[in-house]
Amino acid sequence: MTDEAPVIGVLALQGDVREHLTALAAAGAAARPVRRPEELAAVDGLVLPGGESTTISKLAVLFGVMEPLRARVRAGMPVYGTCAGLIMLAEKILDPRAGQETVGGIDMIVRRNAFGRQNESFEAAVEVKGLDGGPVEGVFIRAPWVESVGAGVEVLAEYDGHVVAVRQGNALATSFHPELTGDHRVHALFADMVRTSRAPESL
Amino acid sequence: MSTTISDSAQTPETGTARVKRGMAEQLKGGVIMDVVTPEQAKIAEDAGAVAVMALERVPADIRKDGGVARMSDPDMIESIMDAVSIPVMAKARIGHFVEAQVLQAIGVDYIDESEVLTPADEVNHCDKWAFTTPFVCGATNLGEALRRIAEGAAMIRSKGEAGTGNVVEAVRHLRQIKNDIARLRGLDHHELYAAAKELRAPYELVKEVAELGRLPVVLFSAGGVATPADAALMRQLGAEGVFVGSGIFKSGDPAKRAAAIVKATTFYDDPKVVAEVSRNLGEAMVGINCDTLPETERYANRGW
Repeated sequence: MTDEAPVIGVLALQGDVREHLTALAAAGAAARPVRRPEELAAVDGLVLPGGESTTISKLAVLFGVMEPLRARVRAGMPVYGTCAGLIMLAEKILDPRAGQETVGGIDMIVRRNAFGRQNESFEAAVEVKGLDGGPVEGVFIRAPWVESVGAGVEVLAEYDGHVVAVRQGNALATSFHPELTGDHRVHALFADMVRTSRAPESL
Repeated sequence: MSTTISDSAQTPETGTARVKRGMAEQLKGGVIMDVVTPEQAKIAEDAGAVAVMALERVPADIRKDGGVARMSDPDMIESIMDAVSIPVMAKARIGHFVEAQVLQAIGVDYIDESEVLTPADEVNHCDKWAFTTPFVCGATNLGEALRRIAEGAAMIRSKGEAGTGNVVEAVRHLRQIKNDIARLRGLDHHELYAAAKELRAPYELVKEVAELGRLPVVLFSAGGVATPADAALMRQLGAEGVFVGSGIFKSGDPAKRAAAIVKATTFYDDPKVVAEVSRNLGEAMVGINCDTLPETERYANRGW
């Protein structure tokens, strides 16, 4: 392990980018926005923020970051997706819009807006496996849930009988938005994943 | 699994300030488009809009037709909600809390208490804390923005003259809000009380803005955006996203223009991208010069 802060990007095509940058910085990472392939090449890990998954997917394809992103995720770059980002990391969307593509990385099927429209958006305490210090404040906004997972996927949290946080190898995803709460434990967990993954090259 | 939550242990809390403001945070960097039919809504979604504003007439037509402009038919709003999966917003008249109740009952994702419609109350805006559905409101300066936030608005937008295709008023409002915030940043804590009085806004909010250096909610531009360069201009002036009203569906090639404005909004600081997407868009909406608009037809004067 190195003492140097890991460089973690936030995909900045659309969504709550600033909140993730703040949370990552608080978790000890050197955080920066990523919109272009060359910016993607310069980070050790990447956050896919909340936003509109259809919009982010379209912009990622249009501006040529979708393919490099898939390649890096396949090669094991640590990624963390919240809400729309969770949808982007799914191998399959149950109800995709025409032309909606995902990055993949987690063997799961997701349902978009599964918890309902904005009036059904809610906050609730969620126990996340592997996090010390009690449950996190789960902020669910028009949130998706994970319909089913493959054998290699670890379920980290459930809410109301639905899977809302998962991890497969270096890919982490939550239906909820820790970046909106000021509680940076999930981001710290991700920063640790990034530190661990880059340790072999650094030594 | 040992950490699985028992279903009975949790009571979800809906309509919290965090959930309402957080919804707007998810729209940042995006374009919200006015649409009047499900077909237009689909064009907007395909172009990469982050949300649509469902209404019966775009502001340019409201201006042309005159008369009293009201909330749209719930049937029409629902047909748009059924057509797309992105969030759907709808407008209620200023102070018309029953129109807002109706929009909440239909289940729209955001309510715009809008000066584009004819105001229903010349003194009061809606008490937006009383709703589960979040509200966006217009503002021409910081004081107005903070009064709306005090009433519960979870998102603020400029009040650029809608339906004119002229960005000049939105520029004025954003610059004003930005300058007002910069001025607060320069005051010491003794001076903030007098500043709150001048701004006609609650002291607590004034103090919060002075500390944050920005509004405590998301700030979008609205009114007069007709081109990709207009959208990029508003972003460079500090808007976190852009509403486009008549500018898209009153133009020659709506699908192309919509996609171009989306791209320019994301890459607002890259003139090469803005140049690329500005090519061959067909005719922009015609537009109206705001200095020829009589005072009575200026929407920005509506709201108190």
